[in-house]
Amino acid sequence: MADPSAIAAVRLEDIEKTYRTGEVDVHAVRGVSLEIARGEFVALMGSSGSGKSTLMNILGCLDRPTSGRYFLDGEDVSSLSRDQLADVRNRKLGFVFQNFNLLARTSALENVELPLLYGAGRLSNAQLRDKAERVLEAVGLQGRGDHHPSQLSGGQQQRVAVARALINEPEVLLADEPTGNLDSRTSMELMGIFQDLNEKGITIIMVTHEPDIASYARRNVVMLDGRIVGDRAVTRRSNALFELEKLSERPPEAVEPTVPS
Amino acid sequence: MRVGSTFKIALRALQRNKLRSALTALGIIIGVGAVIAMVSIGNGAKAQVEAQIAGLGENVILIFSGSTTASGIRTGWGGAGTLKIEDAEAIRREIPSVTLVSEEVVSNAQVAAGNQNWFTRIYGESADYFELRQWALADGAPFTSQDVRSANKVCVIGRTTATQVFGSEDVVGQILRIKNVPFQILGVLTPKGLSTQGTDQDDIVIMPYTSAMKRVLGGGTTLRNINAQVVSTHDLAPAQRQIIELLRQRHNIRAGRDDDFTVRTQEEIAAAATATTDVMTGLLAAIAFVSLVVGGIGIMNIMLVSVTERTREIGTRMAVGAHSRDILTQFLIEAILLSVVGGIIGILSGIAAAKTIAAVKNWPALISPASIIIAFLISSAVGVFFGFYPARKAAQLDPIEALRYE
Repeated sequence: MADPSAIAAVRLEDIEKTYRTGEVDVHAVRGVSLEIARGEFVALMGSSGSGKSTLMNILGCLDRPTSGRYFLDGEDVSSLSRDQLADVRNRKLGFVFQNFNLLARTSALENVELPLLYGAGRLSNAQLRDKAERVLEAVGLQGRGDHHPSQLSGGQQQRVAVARALINEPEVLLADEPTGNLDSRTSMELMGIFQDLNEKGITIIMVTHEPDIASYARRNVVMLDGRIVGDRAVTRRSNALFELEKLSERPPEAVEPTVPS
Repeated sequence: MRVGSTFKIALRALQRNKLRSALTALGIIIGVGAVIAMVSIGNGAKAQVEAQIAGLGENVILIFSGSTTASGIRTGWGGAGTLKIEDAEAIRREIPSVTLVSEEVVSNAQVAAGNQNWFTRIYGESADYFELRQWALADGAPFTSQDVRSANKVCVIGRTTATQVFGSEDVVGQILRIKNVPFQILGVLTPKGLSTQGTDQDDIVIMPYTSAMKRVLGGGTTLRNINAQVVSTHDLAPAQRQIIELLRQRHNIRAGRDDDFTVRTQEEIAAAATATTDVMTGLLAAIAFVSLVVGGIGIMNIMLVSVTERTREIGTRMAVGAHSRDILTQFLIEAILLSVVGGIIGILSGIAAAKTIAAVKNWPALISPASIIIAFLISSAVGVFFGFYPARKAAQLDPIEALRYE
């Protein structure tokens, strides 16, 4: 676990989220405390209705908790205004969504540049392009900058989304069911990118309901009915590069799911 | 600080939907174009009417013979024949501010030369007429007061009459037979074109009124009307009063009885004529303005559709750090860009349309800078006004809902 003297990337203290829908209060998150250190790779798991999406929205600063405190990189973000949250998202968070959420009819480069346009820094067009090209290269999409999403495969689109998430060098990369729309091979490739980024020190929090995918993470947190019911380090961790190698050697149906890390 | 990049974002969003952007702008293009074209044509018509009123001459007073009622049937102006030659002479003599006077009789007659003939209007006037109407001759010379006194068989003719009868405009010195009386043509008038009523003002023969009365009308001593001119505009109203007084006295009209003549100043005639064109211009502008509003509603419609269709995009933008204000500005800039670009194209096409209509229909078109500026300002205002509601709707979206929107 994390060194307590270092500032945790994420620290949740007794987070609760209650939605009022008419007469009934829905307690989506009921008192969650969680600490995620820098450099961790956490899979947030749980069935639908377990509150993991609500918790993810709070972690992503898209929503504010009803009560409790949330420290992102040591900064209390639980009571910031809408615009302040937007700035936090821009500076400290990168998002990867299940349905990619790329702008249609917009080149991969322009999609990747998007967070920079809302950032505080003033960059020239050339600087924007240069930065976007470097991040695209990092996710293995060099030379595809001028392609539109419709000209890219699902895996490539998701890699554009990862590049977009990374362009502002975020504190935490948040992925919400990132492999939900990908086939198993592309999922593995994406996990390979995630593991590679994590090796380079980027903190990743990923929501998934697939145990296979969760096994690529270092730590699994399981939610049920708005509470954390399981939190364990992954012992038999999958290595995406290794898996992919096996896949190319053997017929696809004979894939062994996990190897010890 | 962020306006620059928001502008870039809005421009990119418009470029992504080129066809839709073009169609949206089209509403504004048509609206602004219509305003410019309509106002230009209206102004042109007004200017033409004003020019024609001015063509009557400057500071002119028209005195018409009154109408009369015989057995319950009323004749029109001039029908009563209450104006005599002596009345005109009295005006000339007794009202000092009146400098020029022309006695006028009007008739229609068949005119002929060689084997050609033509039905035209015959005006009998005094020698003052050409100066009073500021109607110069293109060729030859006008008749003189000597011609008027002697009732000489001379005339000047309009271009239309010349070309219809002689087939050319080179007719000075030729003989024109009017009711089989030979008249010598002294000159050809400069062309004036169509009148506001659409009659050809160049289809005319003008001769001394004495000749017209004696040889064309066949006797009679009454005038249809008298044209008089005063020195300056200030003299118009006093001269009008003096003429009324003089004629009432001469016609022995007792106090309380109606005049048997009508005196109109040029200003009154101009006011009546421009009032009509003002109404027409106003009407055209109103119709064009309606189309501009329709164009604005088109923008709002498309922007609303666009906000709904781009909900996920808005959610994504918010997720990566866009403030509500950035989204508001983006959609507002999109709307304003559409309407301003539409406005500029509209101004150009409006000018082109006005010129085309002017050329094809032979109408005058007067493109006023004021109408261009106003149309441009209105189109920008339309963008802000009709773009604001959709933009605010987009800015108030909840990022979580927007990201999940299918």
